[in-house]
Amino acid sequence: MNHIAPGRNAGVYSYDDIDRRFVAERVEQFRAQVERRLSGELTEDEFKPLRLMNGLYLQLHAYMLRVAVPYGVLTSRQLRKLAEIGRKYDKGYGHFTTRQNLQFNWIKLEDTPAILHELAEVDMHALQTSGNCVRNVTTDQFVGAARDEVVDGRVYAEILRQWTTLHPEFTFLPRKFKIAIMGSDADRAAIRVHDVGVFAKRNERGEVGFTFYVGGGLGRSPFIGKLIRDWVPEEDFVAYLEAILRVYNQYGRRDNIYKARIKILVHELGQEKFTREVEEEFARLRGPKYRLAPEIVDEIRRRFGGPAFETLTDEPESFQAAKAANPDFARWVAVNVLAHKVPGYAAATISLKPAGGIPGDATSEQMELVADLADAHSFGELRVSHVQNLVLAHVRQDALFTLWTALEANGLGTPNAGLIGDIIACPGLDYCALANARSIPLAQAISARFADPARQQAIGELGIKISGCINACGHHHVGAIGILGVDKKGEEFYQITVGGDPTLTTAIGDILGPAVTADETVDAIEAIVEVYLSNRHDGERFIDTLKRVGHGPFKERVYAAH
Amino acid sequence: MALNDQSSNEAVLKAITANRLRDGEVIFLAPGPDLRWVERLDDAALFEDAATDAALAAAKAQAEGEQFAVDVYAFDLRVADGQRVPVKTRERIRALGPTVRIDLGKQAAA
Amino acid sequence: MPLIKDGRIVEDEWVAVADGEPVPADRPAIVTFERWQAERASFDGRNAALGVRVKSGTLAPAIAPDLDRFALVAIEFPKFRDGRGFSTARELRERYGYEGEIRAVGHVIPDQYRFLLRTGFTSAEAPENTNPESWAHALTEITVAFQPSLDDPQPLSLLRRRLGS
Repeated sequence: MNHIAPGRNAGVYSYDDIDRRFVAERVEQFRAQVERRLSGELTEDEFKPLRLMNGLYLQLHAYMLRVAVPYGVLTSRQLRKLAEIGRKYDKGYGHFTTRQNLQFNWIKLEDTPAILHELAEVDMHALQTSGNCVRNVTTDQFVGAARDEVVDGRVYAEILRQWTTLHPEFTFLPRKFKIAIMGSDADRAAIRVHDVGVFAKRNERGEVGFTFYVGGGLGRSPFIGKLIRDWVPEEDFVAYLEAILRVYNQYGRRDNIYKARIKILVHELGQEKFTREVEEEFARLRGPKYRLAPEIVDEIRRRFGGPAFETLTDEPESFQAAKAANPDFARWVAVNVLAHKVPGYAAATISLKPAGGIPGDATSEQMELVADLADAHSFGELRVSHVQNLVLAHVRQDALFTLWTALEANGLGTPNAGLIGDIIACPGLDYCALANARSIPLAQAISARFADPARQQAIGELGIKISGCINACGHHHVGAIGILGVDKKGEEFYQITVGGDPTLTTAIGDILGPAVTADETVDAIEAIVEVYLSNRHDGERFIDTLKRVGHGPFKERVYAAH
Repeated sequence: MALNDQSSNEAVLKAITANRLRDGEVIFLAPGPDLRWVERLDDAALFEDAATDAALAAAKAQAEGEQFAVDVYAFDLRVADGQRVPVKTRERIRALGPTVRIDLGKQAAA
Repeated sequence: MPLIKDGRIVEDEWVAVADGEPVPADRPAIVTFERWQAERASFDGRNAALGVRVKSGTLAPAIAPDLDRFALVAIEFPKFRDGRGFSTARELRERYGYEGEIRAVGHVIPDQYRFLLRTGFTSAEAPENTNPESWAHALTEITVAFQPSLDDPQPLSLLRRRLGS
């Protein structure tokens, strides 16, 4: 198979020697930190933030290493390395996360410097995937491919990645800090539930600028991000973020971990006063030192290269014929394939949510297969989506059938992107030290109950999101149906919310009623779906029907037996 | 004082657990005066409530002082028909492995 | 506690004076910001250098009006994870043009030394049993930075910079 070199022309930021030297130095720095911990020079209290800033958690069974996939984009070569690490240092699999990263669950502390060294060989790292610093910036999984794209968010996400790496002032913030950026009018990155959510757009002169939402977040106290500025010119992008972070670092609460996120600061100061503080800081910072000059942007953009698209036309004959001849393929295309900005191409979602499977998990063999398919069909480049799937973003439409055939043969052809089986679930109590209840078994039971692809397609767009504790890593607040695991005297119970929405029309779901057992939850989901289907008007999605008829009928049916 | 299983049907007992620093493995304090740690709950020392605090303090001092383990704490379990069953799901999962991957963790080697 | 400057342990010429204790008139002394506020008149006419120690919650604007009275500002880190001091130091330098010594006191670890220097600190109080090698090593282990800062790194390209050591 023809392996495309990373970076060049693949649409992935290509490292140079300086980037490589930095990551190599960071690996050696961590190696020394591990040695100082093992020798007792560093206490656990001192070491913990340092290991977290290298993505290393201590979970229930072992250490967990969260490898950064910056803004969810990686090369086939990088994915192969992840597969290899999974086999060599873990148990042959990895878990793709809602921050577009990859987690290994069975890592030894003493192996970690060697793993980071291997990652550095393919220009990867685990920097700032945890800790009270600026985390991996996320974006649209269809960036650079979507037909509705106005600005390529990767370029600005990479600028932020660099700018926030070991930022001397903002590495010990009150709490973690998550930024998401979108470059189109649609929201596929849950912008308004981030600490900072940014829409990149263009003015009438074609210049790039940014709309800033601040103070969104899920967790114990969910908040929707507030608009604090509609237009920040490109050259002020970094200065404006510095201003937000400085206000947060200085005034964010440090007395209570549950009130330390920026959402609480924005809430307590009020939108107006917070905005004023940021604007004052921005006025002082604005200037040559923090100016994002056009040459910087151009240089970063150049380092991405870009796929060399061919001149093709949409809906080639062979593609149409394959759809006509094979209804399963046609269904997969209808559900998992998105129109591309370049005629003749398409973006294909590879579902990591087989019926009854563990959401987001992929074996080393599956990763290698996807890497091969990325080489064959998508310029050696692929993406991780925040809904825990993989994406081949630039597939020729006349190659989709070949791609699907290979995916289908390896359990990766599930046609459920955006449907009821495409469940987001955090690792939950099966792995996570913070969880109160398991998430994965419930996701498995629900996706098994709705295994029939035709039924899923008939139900239509419906996102189920499951969290195993109030930290909300499974984004349950913004699930059309959200499920939160709680512990009641040692028993696992699940609280159901409905009406959440992570898109432009952001909404936090409402609690439907008292928490129920796992088995009852699966029945409740089925009841909710039945009420929806029997009330639905033509073309209505689940959340549309819910909005129109209210919670009453749903609540009544779910709790009828109680 | 550590107890043997036969003396303690039904009663809630305690075991002391931690994660080993160098690899994160779940470990349990073994019976005996020498503060040894074992990887299987079946081999762990069990304590009456009243005896737990002193044992825990000694285990913490040793494990943390020597950079051997982190997060040392005691948890409740019951012994029924010779089987040691932690009261909380969390501790059952730590003692066995993920319920969704019974091919992995301590349960796989059982 | 050992004082770290330029990557090594150095003699501390300053004396930290607890509230209520007499302030020596003949040698550099550091008093708390609270004491300074309460007894400022008593320092009029003082010849020896005066330093002030501020808590992590006391931010740069609060001390700015009196900066010309202080040859040293000691910024407290109650826990090393409390990073407010990085912003305070940076503001003292960039916003208020302070040129005296800025010292990190309380709990800081060698792994933060580079961040301290980059945000404008000049010295750091290390824990009693600290390993001096870890502080020295902190100056050389990372040579690339991605932001402009107070230690004036040399631009390598448009975003990246070379850190001096």
